[in-house]
Amino acid sequence: MTNAPTTPGIVPARLDRQTLAANFSDVEPPMGAHEAVVAADRCYFCHDAPCITACPTEIDIPLFIRQIQAGQPEAAARTILDQNILGGMCARVCPTETLCEEACVREFAEGKPVEIGRLQRFATDTLMARDIHPYERAAPTGKRIAVVGAGPAGLACAHRLAMRGNDVVLMDARERIGGLNEYGIAAYKTPDDFAQAEIDWLMKIGGIATRTGVRLGETVTLQELRAEYDAVFLGIGLGAVNALGAEGETREGVRDAVDFIAELRQAEDLARLPVGRHVVVIGGGMTAVDAAVQSRLLGAEAVTMVYRRGRDRMSASEHELDHAATAGVRIITNAQPVAVHGNGAVREVEFAYTHDGPDGLKPTGETFRLRADQVFKAIGQTLADLPAGLSLCNGKIAVAGAGRTDLPGVWAGGDCTTGGEDLTVTAVAQGRDAAEDIHKTLNG
Amino acid sequence: MANLATEFLGIKSPNPFWLASAPPTDKQYNVERAFRAGWGGVVWKTLGFDPHIVNVNGPRYGAVWGADRQLLGMNNIELITDRPLDVNLREIKAVKRDWPDRAMIVSLMVPCDEESWAAILPMVEETGADGVELNFGCPHGMSERGMGSAVGQVPEYIEMVTRWCKKHTRMPVMVKLTPNVADIRNAARAAHKGGADAVSLINTVNSITSVDLDAMAPEPTIDGKGTHGGYCGPAVKPIALNMVAEIARDPQTAALPISGIGGITTWRDAAEFLALGAGNAQVCTAAMNYGFAIIKELTAGLSLWMDEKGYRSVDEVVGRAVPNVTDWQYLNLNYVTKARIDQDACIKCGRCYAACEDTSHQAISMSEERVFEVIDAECVACNLCVNVCPVENCITMERLPAGARDERTGQTVSDRYLNWTMHPNNPMAKAAE
Repeated sequence: MTNAPTTPGIVPARLDRQTLAANFSDVEPPMGAHEAVVAADRCYFCHDAPCITACPTEIDIPLFIRQIQAGQPEAAARTILDQNILGGMCARVCPTETLCEEACVREFAEGKPVEIGRLQRFATDTLMARDIHPYERAAPTGKRIAVVGAGPAGLACAHRLAMRGNDVVLMDARERIGGLNEYGIAAYKTPDDFAQAEIDWLMKIGGIATRTGVRLGETVTLQELRAEYDAVFLGIGLGAVNALGAEGETREGVRDAVDFIAELRQAEDLARLPVGRHVVVIGGGMTAVDAAVQSRLLGAEAVTMVYRRGRDRMSASEHELDHAATAGVRIITNAQPVAVHGNGAVREVEFAYTHDGPDGLKPTGETFRLRADQVFKAIGQTLADLPAGLSLCNGKIAVAGAGRTDLPGVWAGGDCTTGGEDLTVTAVAQGRDAAEDIHKTLNG
Repeated sequence: MANLATEFLGIKSPNPFWLASAPPTDKQYNVERAFRAGWGGVVWKTLGFDPHIVNVNGPRYGAVWGADRQLLGMNNIELITDRPLDVNLREIKAVKRDWPDRAMIVSLMVPCDEESWAAILPMVEETGADGVELNFGCPHGMSERGMGSAVGQVPEYIEMVTRWCKKHTRMPVMVKLTPNVADIRNAARAAHKGGADAVSLINTVNSITSVDLDAMAPEPTIDGKGTHGGYCGPAVKPIALNMVAEIARDPQTAALPISGIGGITTWRDAAEFLALGAGNAQVCTAAMNYGFAIIKELTAGLSLWMDEKGYRSVDEVVGRAVPNVTDWQYLNLNYVTKARIDQDACIKCGRCYAACEDTSHQAISMSEERVFEVIDAECVACNLCVNVCPVENCITMERLPAGARDERTGQTVSDRYLNWTMHPNNPMAKAAE
């Protein structure tokens, strides 16, 4: 160890390797077989269960939990994967506390829902550990579909299309397949390279060719894809990041939280990844939490997350915020950045307190400064470029029905489209449903 | 404080909890530990003649578990004691000498001839034991040799052997009954006729607890084969309660003392056996599951409950519920209830709806907001919704008062007692008097 949490500046190795390894191990350990059976027994097998309604992919949750209880986690996994081919990743990253587990009648009854997320992970992990891919391709249709963007929406779409007998070319601008699963999720939620393991498992369906380094509008145009393929699915995500609009935003030490998260996920050696001593994260969503928590886990001495509105307006869940607080992240609400101060590099961020009234957000006139040698911007992402011929709705690609865009033969889903909550699970549902619609449209 | 001391067949014990004849009462070491823990008495593991029997050398017990491996039911293929007779007799004598205030009953099983019983009874008497229990119950192994339940299933044999025993000993004789019969009353009547001082029941229920689906053999599996064993534990309690009640309310055996056995795990189980006519309670599986320390909960619990209810002695509880055990034909058909759902307590799981809609009388409605309500016009008051509801007291059965209209039948509820023997639909009905 060469540095300490108190070493000034943005430096690597604030913690020793052992501590780093412990910090970035599984945030929630997997369930053991007996623990799973006991947890499963708490499920009441509700009639027309509210948890199913709360799941964007509408997994038959009571059924899969009953299958675990009956000693067949592999059958449970099949129930999950029928609806959500990325059920393994969703079990790790879904904000279950605001979805299925919030709807669970035991949450209502006693404040302790059935542990649906962890049970889902137990089931899917059991199946994947046995290297079983329980799906087979239907007879070939002869149809070829381009799926652009290999994140959750694209992967779900590609798998379903391939399963129905179509040939898929799955493209992504990045080096690796996986999109946000691979680049955008906190490392401690998906240790042991789970994202790639899941993709390898998913690809066992066959019929999916992958091409990386393909950038829509640069290396290939939508028009070319439409000419070459029978259909196109766009799951291109949100490639651009909102600016702070504060003075000094371009100072050294200020960067996008998503880049930091991606760099961390791709890092071979966490001890070589630099992080500031005083880190300020601006934003109130999952990205802000992931950047803040991981800064602490890398050894930053002081990490503060600042959000311009009240805590109740933060898009990060209470569970996530509690996790951040437990990791030692200070959370300040009702404050917006005014200026980034420093001499070349950032030294302080100045904030104005705000009041969220009927006329919108207004500064109260009071300001304060936070020491910072590193600032992460996490105030939302936007669509990078809109391909020609598509129209926008609320800044995203407008779609109707199961992801149909304005252009014939072009579907879209995931974060780049309107609707949904920009969650992995929502993207999976949209990709899956678009695939069924594409298949039906092409093959009647 | 309630006095738990009991006198059963003249045998005194500081509390009504005896360890039943089984592995826990197999030898001096265990029994002394049990007495130190506070057990009121023991029925010593069944003695037989030498050469002593042998047990299997593989697993003896099978199990039925709940989700968290709660032992709901257990079965066994163990036989009677597998130690020499003189060793057992010597130990019984020593324990009784050292623990004179505890009940010491000796369970016996010898071949079905008078000489055998005439031979063993004096040996037991010599130990100073307080009484004997005739094991006519074991359903496995010994029954194939003409003993155990092979005797207990033939009332004539029960009577005959009981008579021999009464003839050859001055000790109280208790007959342990097998539940593996069509009508337990015949066995109890036979014991009574033979002069038995008491019956104890139930012994274990014939059972196969599970099948190993890989080996395709019943469990416990011995070298690829399995056999039926005796089922015990909480799962058999309802069977035992009914059999105890049947004997307690049978005019022919109403005066016959009963030692209650079958799945007693907590003070409440014991209180239920007492209420249905058992004079004391024998426990085995609960001790095998948790150890002898459970006696503290049993005695403290029974004592507390008796204090709360104002019962000063165990005798005041014994048989108190027997007058309320009746035949179906005497149940009041004018007692009309309807299910009521407490909307504040409801957690909206919908299990009452699924159960009623799919398997009962379609008497619960479900709104889009998941509000579940009883449809009085359909509700037959079967109680299924109460049973499947995960929230205690969320659904209850409320009696319709006399004069109210039963929406299902369209009739006005009468305050007149009307049972099947008086009902107009019964061709054999007698007019109400």
